[in-house]
Amino acid sequence: MINLSLKASEKERIIDQAKELPQIELRSDLVNDVENIANGVFSPLEGFFNNEDLELCLFEKRLSNDFPWTIPIILDISEERSKEIQEDDEIILHNKNGLLAVMKVDEKYKYDKQKLAQYVFGTTETNHPGVARVFTLGDVLIGGRIGLVNETKRQYEQYNLKPIETRILFKEKGWRTVVGFQTRNPPHIGHEYVQKTALTFTDGIFINPVIGKKKIGDFRDDVILASYEELMKHYYLKERAVMSILNFDMRYAGPREAIFHAIVRKNFGCSHIIIGRDHAGVGNYYDPYAAQDIFEEFPDLGIFPIFFKAFFYCKRCGGVANEKTCPHSETDHISFSGSKIRKLICDKKLPPEEIMRPEVAKLIICEENPFVSE
Amino acid sequence: MAEKKDDEKQRKKFTTVSIPTPLFRKVEERIKDTGFTSVSSYVTYVLREIVAEGEKEEEEHPFSEEDEERVKERLRRLGYLE
Ligand SMILES: [Zn+2]
Repeated sequence: MINLSLKASEKERIIDQAKELPQIELRSDLVNDVENIANGVFSPLEGFFNNEDLELCLFEKRLSNDFPWTIPIILDISEERSKEIQEDDEIILHNKNGLLAVMKVDEKYKYDKQKLAQYVFGTTETNHPGVARVFTLGDVLIGGRIGLVNETKRQYEQYNLKPIETRILFKEKGWRTVVGFQTRNPPHIGHEYVQKTALTFTDGIFINPVIGKKKIGDFRDDVILASYEELMKHYYLKERAVMSILNFDMRYAGPREAIFHAIVRKNFGCSHIIIGRDHAGVGNYYDPYAAQDIFEEFPDLGIFPIFFKAFFYCKRCGGVANEKTCPHSETDHISFSGSKIRKLICDKKLPPEEIMRPEVAKLIICEENPFVSE
Repeated sequence: MAEKKDDEKQRKKFTTVSIPTPLFRKVEERIKDTGFTSVSSYVTYVLREIVAEGEKEEEEHPFSEEDEERVKERLRRLGYLE
């Protein structure tokens, strides 16, 4: 288990010397990355990428130790800032509230943003939110091992479990197989269907919403969590379902992000992960099943994907179905379209019970504005 | 130009392993009409699969007793465990 929290004596030394060391204030996404590295969410990473890891990640979808890895974990700084930092330096990483971590700079290097975008997202179009993000990054990267000094106080403490905690929890619950579910939306009946279908074959389900920077119009984090609490309270067995969050800014890298999501869930102790249609996709940038096909490239991932096709509610079947299970025509189908649900909610209308559990729907509708507005 | 440079860098990451020629031919035959484009990519795939299996067995008991007690205490406090 990776644990890069500094020991007390080392922590003291860093706090004493901090003033004399170069300082960097991190954006919230980088604060998340630091803690995810330190707590083993990004195991086997022990720091930010050096150039070799970055190139291998882009070209081979692997790290320099051959471990599968598809999303660059990089620490960017401005050209100006980079002049104050030399290789082999110890530097101090800050969050908003103060000292977060120390990093031993192994390498300082330039990188090609176009190339990075092309490899990771398959496009350099800046309409793609992941690509747009890359072009806002600083021009210089620094790689090196980190040591965590202070954990950030988090808003949803009860849902911030580390891999060591989820692993021990799953063990205590006697779960030998656990399926992970990635989400960034309140649950509709289709989500519940895939989760429970997967749960039929595993001992437990780990619901793992991604909490991080959102786009305007996305559901608010607190609404997503509360709606899952409501669903779990009424429709799940307490001994079979656990929810905890992943602090991470979505990259919308489709297939590459699906692999990354799988690695992270493996680190939390999952044996399986649900991969749906257009997993981690955005717009029409990816083939809807590319995020499933990519798993063929990784025989050594250590977690099994469970693939789901598109599903819908079928009035004649009387339940959720998919193209493999339902022989009826489209006129009998009700789709779980996100935009349709969103429209109903905006109009303060309850989505029908075929689409969303009434308890969940009511909870969302009672919010004056359940969406991110700024 | 940029692409060529990338190719060179990638090549440096490979090394050679010897396998018996008849086995090589058998594999060549076997991978026809599959997604594998070369015997090397097939052998790499199979080796990664086997090596990963071995690694999984090694990581059976990764935490100490103190860690476990400390974690269980927090899980109880947060309501995850009774
Ligand atoms: Zn039907």
